[in-house]
Amino acid sequence: MFWKYGLFCSIFAGSIWGTFWQIIFTMMGILTFGIPLELDVKQMLIIGLVSGIFYINFQKTISMKIHLTAIFTMTLFVYILNFGKPYQINESLNNVNIFILILLTSAVTWISINFSLNKISIGKLSRYDLENFYIKLMWGLGLIIFILITLVPFYIMIMTSLKNQQSLILNPLDFSLNINSDFKTLFNSYIELFTDFNFHLFLINSFFVSCVTVFITLFFSIPGAYALARLRFPSKKLFSSSVILIYLIPSIVLVIPLYAIFSQIGLRNSLLALIIVYPATTIPVALYMLRGYFSSLSSEIDDAALMDGLSRVQIIFKIAIPLSKPAIVSVGLYVFMIAWNEFLIAFMFLDDPSIFTLSRGIMSLNSSEVPQQHLMAGAVIATIPVMIIFLYLEKFLISGLSTGGVKE
Amino acid sequence: MFNKFKKNESKLHQKERKLAFFLLFPTIFIVLSIVIFPLLANFWISFKPISLGDLRPPKLIIKENLRDKLINKDKTAEIHYRYRNSSAKYDLNNVIFNDTIPKGFTIKKIEPNDTCVIKDKNLTCNLEKVPAKSSGKIILTITTNDYSKKNKDNPKNTRPTTSYQSKNILTSFEFTFDNFKKVFSATEFIQVLKVSIYYTIFGTAGALLVGLFAAQILQKSFKGRTFVRGLLLFPYISPVIAVAFSWVILFDPFSGVVNSMLIQMNVIDKPINFFGQKYTDISIFGYIFKFPLALSMVIAFEIWRYFPLSFLFILARMQSLPEDVFDAAEIDGASPFQQFYYISLPFLIGIISILFLLRFIWTFNKFDDIFLLTGGNAGTRTFTVNVYEQAFAISNLGAGAAVAVVIFTFLLVFSLVFIKYSKKEAF
Repeated sequence: MFWKYGLFCSIFAGSIWGTFWQIIFTMMGILTFGIPLELDVKQMLIIGLVSGIFYINFQKTISMKIHLTAIFTMTLFVYILNFGKPYQINESLNNVNIFILILLTSAVTWISINFSLNKISIGKLSRYDLENFYIKLMWGLGLIIFILITLVPFYIMIMTSLKNQQSLILNPLDFSLNINSDFKTLFNSYIELFTDFNFHLFLINSFFVSCVTVFITLFFSIPGAYALARLRFPSKKLFSSSVILIYLIPSIVLVIPLYAIFSQIGLRNSLLALIIVYPATTIPVALYMLRGYFSSLSSEIDDAALMDGLSRVQIIFKIAIPLSKPAIVSVGLYVFMIAWNEFLIAFMFLDDPSIFTLSRGIMSLNSSEVPQQHLMAGAVIATIPVMIIFLYLEKFLISGLSTGGVKE
Repeated sequence: MFNKFKKNESKLHQKERKLAFFLLFPTIFIVLSIVIFPLLANFWISFKPISLGDLRPPKLIIKENLRDKLINKDKTAEIHYRYRNSSAKYDLNNVIFNDTIPKGFTIKKIEPNDTCVIKDKNLTCNLEKVPAKSSGKIILTITTNDYSKKNKDNPKNTRPTTSYQSKNILTSFEFTFDNFKKVFSATEFIQVLKVSIYYTIFGTAGALLVGLFAAQILQKSFKGRTFVRGLLLFPYISPVIAVAFSWVILFDPFSGVVNSMLIQMNVIDKPINFFGQKYTDISIFGYIFKFPLALSMVIAFEIWRYFPLSFLFILARMQSLPEDVFDAAEIDGASPFQQFYYISLPFLIGIISILFLLRFIWTFNKFDDIFLLTGGNAGTRTFTVNVYEQAFAISNLGAGAAVAVVIFTFLLVFSLVFIKYSKKEAF
């Protein structure tokens, strides 16, 4: 069968990569340079295909010089195939940006072809080699697609927040940044959020509520988790499994009665209400995660300490907590993130703009009177602290997340 | 000797039991009062004819006014008490209000005269019943001989105190089945059920498959793997409000990047309202069928936001798979697909089924995402959004609570399935 031959693989990989990168780089060009570019897939498909065949024939003799020559030849061919006017832009021969874009497209296509066809011979391939080729191709494509789809909404979020209303309406695709513009015009949306929209208050409120929630949650869940992990008492199993069930109950089922009760006792429109409700949703998660960690610690230390005359409470403070500091930190941060990101309760409970949390505050920006870039600037402000925590303590968090903390 | 030991042992047990109770008590208390009690209260509310406005208890509002300021020819003044029932629905019963008459004033006349009694400068008025929406007036005619005091001791300095009883719809024993009738008989019930099921099944399965794929990609070690692993978790850890709004802006029909890009590249000729259009016609081989656009977009968002979770769990499980199994398979000549199908997949099926059940429950319960993306419009109203719609948009708390009961019933069934399976998988 023809598809089992290396030659077919080279044609396949070459045309796929050519087409793929042509699409990606055209979009990138449109967004970064702000110039309307027309997508033409055919040229790169042909060039990639030819490069693939070229590579598989000469891969053993290839040197750095040939690599560079190949890339520049590919670039040259783009110009030749378009009669000197790639992307249908006049005077494009003089346009440095376009040249760089095409060069990049060619280079990345060539590198991808190299990667996919490495050690593939031109003749008939064994099943193992053939599957490896397709897996490698899918791996490369998949990795890039995953990175792109993850990043694009964040990229749009940040870039929109740095634009002004006029240029957004003029050309929604122009995300080029004017490097000459000063700090004040670039960060105008952010400055306005803090001066006119009380975002400093929202930040303080969110931070306050989240910290208090972390404190209360840890204060109650550490002893509770220790008891579940170490002490013997009746119906312990039932208790442990009901912890999981409790955190399957969504806030939307609880929000009506909580709203009704808190309205009646006059607590609804206050930060105290959030501080009461949030820990109740986070304690079961924290209990579950910490119990797992405490159980993984050897109980021999506890027994030895008991022999030495320490009480259980002393053991918690002097042994269990110091030993599980990383776990406690990661659970604390996780709880912080839950409280920081919480939307439903804050949205339902808070009416008074001076006590809005960030989520609630951003929701109030979602109206036709507030321009888009303010909304996106608010989104960036809400995201940054979570990102910092996450990047700083990624390892902790990933181990914490994957040891059973799966609450959103 | 042995008996004594046993006795000590049981004492120790007792001590431990007490301590465990002591350590767990705060947690139990908080969970009971903020989760279990509201859950029960939700059932209670779902049987009540209660609207959002009923939450404000009926109040007696009194305004006190001093008229004439003692300068008319009779040297008298009038104090007007205007009272009003704030509720449009509920009567106030046993209404009594008190006020103190300042020193130096004497009461000449009370109108209406049978309601009020004066005792030691204390005015006590028994209004008995103030019906809903009604208002009234009590006029005291007062006089004083000591004019110098009039500015110091203004009768308005003391505020009237009131006591009354009213029916509180939350605590009364008035029940109705109307909420459930409304929820189940509405033609939209079937529609909401359908949307919920589509959303849950496709959202869950999609996030799992994409997560599985991502885990396969990240299992291979390469430069910058930790970085990419962290990057792929961004959608999951970011605040839902931030990512939901950036999707809305990304797909905006007027100024969104996606629409402008597609138009620019000649893929479409007029903008598509991704989150606002219920159906779009897609023709495949001449056969035109209606594609639920907004619902699919919401599902796509769900997959985008939650694949990291599945990916993380599957990756963690895959990394616990012993390497030598693959080495052995390699020596035996198993191809990569065979290795995946015969080694990885059977090993992962446990965690995948647990993840499926857990995610299924959470996706079914998801509110924020849909609410922020479409507000439940354009054919994306699931049960959770319907709770909000009934209770807060239409202001019928009872109906909202009834929908919440429906959600809880589903949840209970799912949880039972989950428990049954998770025992097998030792989650």
